[in-house]
Amino acid sequence: MQRVGVFVCHCGSNIAATVDVKKVAEMALMEPGVVHAEDYQYMCSEAGQAKIAEAIKEKQLTGIVVCSCSPRMHETTFRKAAERAGLNPYMVEIANIREHCSWIHKDMEEATKKAVILMRAAVAKVNLNTPLQPGESRVTKRALIIGGGIAGIQTALDIADAGYEVDIVEKTPSIGGRMSQLDKTFPTLDCSACILTPKMVEAAAHEKIKIYTYSEVEKVSGFVGDFTVDIRKKARSVDMDKCTGCGVCQEKCPSKKAPSEFNRGLNTRSAIYTPFAQAIPNVPVIDRENCIKFKTGKCGVCAKVCQAGAIDYEQKDEIITEKYGAIVVATGFDVIKLDNYDEYAYSQSKDVITSLELERIMNAAGPTKGHLERLSDGKAPKEMVFIQCVGSRCADDRGKSYCSKICCMYTAKHAMLIRDKYPDVNVTVFYIDVRTPGKNFDEFYRRAVEQYGVHYIKGQVGKVIPQPNGKLLVQGSDLLDNRQILKEADMVVLAAAIEPNPDVRKIATMLTASIDTNNFLTEAHAKLRPVESPTAGIFLSGVCQGPKDIPETVAQAGAAAVKAIGLLAKDKLMTNPCTAKPDELLCNGCSTCANVCPYGAITYEEKEVNDHGIRETRRLAMVNSALCQGCGACTVACPSGAMDLQGFSNRQIIAEVDAICR
Amino acid sequence: MSIESKEEFRPKIVAFCCNWCSYAGADLAGSSRLAYPADVKIIRVPCSCRVNPMFILRAFEKGADGVILCGCHPGDCHYSTGNYYARRRMTLLFSMLDYIGVENGRTRVEWVSAAEGVKFSTTMNEFVEKIHSLGKNVRLGDLRCRK
Amino acid sequence: MKDQKKQAELIKEISGVNPLKCMKCGKCSATCPSYNEMDIKPHQFVSYVVNEDIESLVNSKSLWKCLSCFACVERCPRDVKPGKLIDAARQLVVRQKGQTYLSPDEIPELLDPELPQQLLVSAFRRYRR
Repeated sequence: MQRVGVFVCHCGSNIAATVDVKKVAEMALMEPGVVHAEDYQYMCSEAGQAKIAEAIKEKQLTGIVVCSCSPRMHETTFRKAAERAGLNPYMVEIANIREHCSWIHKDMEEATKKAVILMRAAVAKVNLNTPLQPGESRVTKRALIIGGGIAGIQTALDIADAGYEVDIVEKTPSIGGRMSQLDKTFPTLDCSACILTPKMVEAAAHEKIKIYTYSEVEKVSGFVGDFTVDIRKKARSVDMDKCTGCGVCQEKCPSKKAPSEFNRGLNTRSAIYTPFAQAIPNVPVIDRENCIKFKTGKCGVCAKVCQAGAIDYEQKDEIITEKYGAIVVATGFDVIKLDNYDEYAYSQSKDVITSLELERIMNAAGPTKGHLERLSDGKAPKEMVFIQCVGSRCADDRGKSYCSKICCMYTAKHAMLIRDKYPDVNVTVFYIDVRTPGKNFDEFYRRAVEQYGVHYIKGQVGKVIPQPNGKLLVQGSDLLDNRQILKEADMVVLAAAIEPNPDVRKIATMLTASIDTNNFLTEAHAKLRPVESPTAGIFLSGVCQGPKDIPETVAQAGAAAVKAIGLLAKDKLMTNPCTAKPDELLCNGCSTCANVCPYGAITYEEKEVNDHGIRETRRLAMVNSALCQGCGACTVACPSGAMDLQGFSNRQIIAEVDAICR
Repeated sequence: MSIESKEEFRPKIVAFCCNWCSYAGADLAGSSRLAYPADVKIIRVPCSCRVNPMFILRAFEKGADGVILCGCHPGDCHYSTGNYYARRRMTLLFSMLDYIGVENGRTRVEWVSAAEGVKFSTTMNEFVEKIHSLGKNVRLGDLRCRK
Repeated sequence: MKDQKKQAELIKEISGVNPLKCMKCGKCSATCPSYNEMDIKPHQFVSYVVNEDIESLVNSKSLWKCLSCFACVERCPRDVKPGKLIDAARQLVVRQKGQTYLSPDEIPELLDPELPQQLLVSAFRRYRR
């Protein structure tokens, strides 16, 4: 029989206000095995932990139940406290009487009753607990970064500077990401390329960083400290070692009609291309769908003009398998499709553009060489209208429920830049709210209004109607003046909502990292662990976790790097001892368990057993506890009931069920 | 046991929640103060695939009026495939319960992610309401289990 | 005062609209074809219901200027449906004038979810004489 101690936490008034903690402690003493029960203000405090340690020593406790907050919060705290007092940490169970009880119930009697039942279930379980010893697993001292935008680059640089190997996997032909598409950055109006390019170069030149561009993560297996990842290096059709980046092939390529992804489809590129001038690596790829050689077999111009002989039409996709200790997701964002917002005439007029398209238009390397002009007729606009919150803050399924966060600031930036460069252009911004929390952000927005004379009108635009004369009629309302506005504009810019990169769902599934309904990756704790995924060894960097501007992304990238470094700095990790364990005398070697195991942790061995005096050799299941993650799939699949999960055994769970239904 | 008293029917409901998604979702419901009836008691399991159909039968035998199993959304399982096993096992179990005349509404499988506190709370409210409408579970209760 | 509260509740019930979902973006007013005819503008309907000022709402010109075209319902990013609020206010007035042909309890049964609500409204308008 165990000697169980029950400790009931008040959590200040968080628990004590709705649960009669004294009563819970009192009732605990009536449970089998309980030899000690007490309540205390803050069990997680040093004094609270000291009380636990004292009771363990004084009453020779063999098991502990702490009735407190969620085990996800303080299970580790109490396990460590027990361990310090000489008790096996796995003899500690938590009854969650805060999140699952006091916080959601109002009636004291009802909540107390429930708390008592939850305590009973935990006592029933701990009575059947056995001391467990964690094993050890090694840590591969190499990190993988998925995504080569500013988030991925920054994380890679920080990890590499700490002395660890880092690989970046980037889907497109060059690193740089969204930031490389931007013209200027708020609130200081630095040129985006000027501050990004040095970082890209630094990453490429860093001896610890290896960059796989035009590559995708294909398969992930393993677990924290020991992931095995398959990376598909898509056939570039250009030999990276031979290519000198002279660019002649791109010039001579006869197929120049492919829409340029980098310029958001506003102009075209050749079939053999580098996305932009500062691309890293400066090695083009052949877009096989648009290449005449691949389509018809005839052409081969690029191979003829290439002095270095780098063109290789025979190149195949290559799969690289590599081991990693930590994985950082930095997959970034894209702008939503505007198909559902036809009232803004995006599909009807070339002069209705998104803000990201405006970035390209304003950029000297963009489709208009940096001249602000209408894409329909090349004329300079006189009236520009910006529409905020297109697809953001939507309650229906046309758009996104969240605020995209960056639009208010980049619109102020665009308005300011246009007024600065073209003082005769009138700029009107239709807004719902202007949200500018951030250092020097509101000052920036006020400058747009006060210094640059940008008209801000409170009221969402209802519709944009293209006119026969090529103008755009914008129908909005001014909520403060209480009048409806009909305004003729030459260009309309939509601040379209941002959404996580659509590929992130596939990646999250591979990593078994959890993801929310908006496809943002979930963090381990919304406030206290914002850069870690609940899945151990997976870290989050940048917009894949939630909308962010560049300074925030860089800050988070650094934070993710530190967390990854913290993991890589360890030589060994303690493994979870709650693994599956077969009963040798019950196992009949049927292989059912091995078939359901997602980790290949179960193997079979011929072994001699002594079954009540009968000695014979049987085929028995063996669990590799370093591979077993403790999901329990095998325990249920086992037809003979031989497999059980330590820490969550059949008997323990049934005891909990019984205690709850008593 | 005495003759049934006229007391208000308070169902006994057991909720199995996987550690990675649903238990965290329940925690989020708690920290967001999204109330659901106290009749629901949660048991933490590492994964929905840890839940043996035996546990569910045991709960009914012991007098539970409803059992709900919550796991990660399909495709999002922490252990990759656990919830698929759970889904198949529960489909099979529920069809058998149906066959022996236990109402389908007494059992339920729901996918709740760690970010879905609201869903957890509404699911529990709905489920408790459903159990209220079905009334006490007598068919599966084993009188020998009562003392 | 109490009466106003009751009427506001009634409008919410008839329309099935939760006016608290409104984020005051004004897209309804921006989109409304009879905006200039109205004394109380579409986005204001919503706050009038929130503030339980039903007296002003039922006495306003807007009630009879709304075309029930439901452009505001269609475009509203928050799913608030200002047009339905006006419909509901209109029904309220019709009933108060003692010409109730239907009680609100009967409506759900009669309502075909496929049928646009404005047909019901125009039927009311047409047959109330």
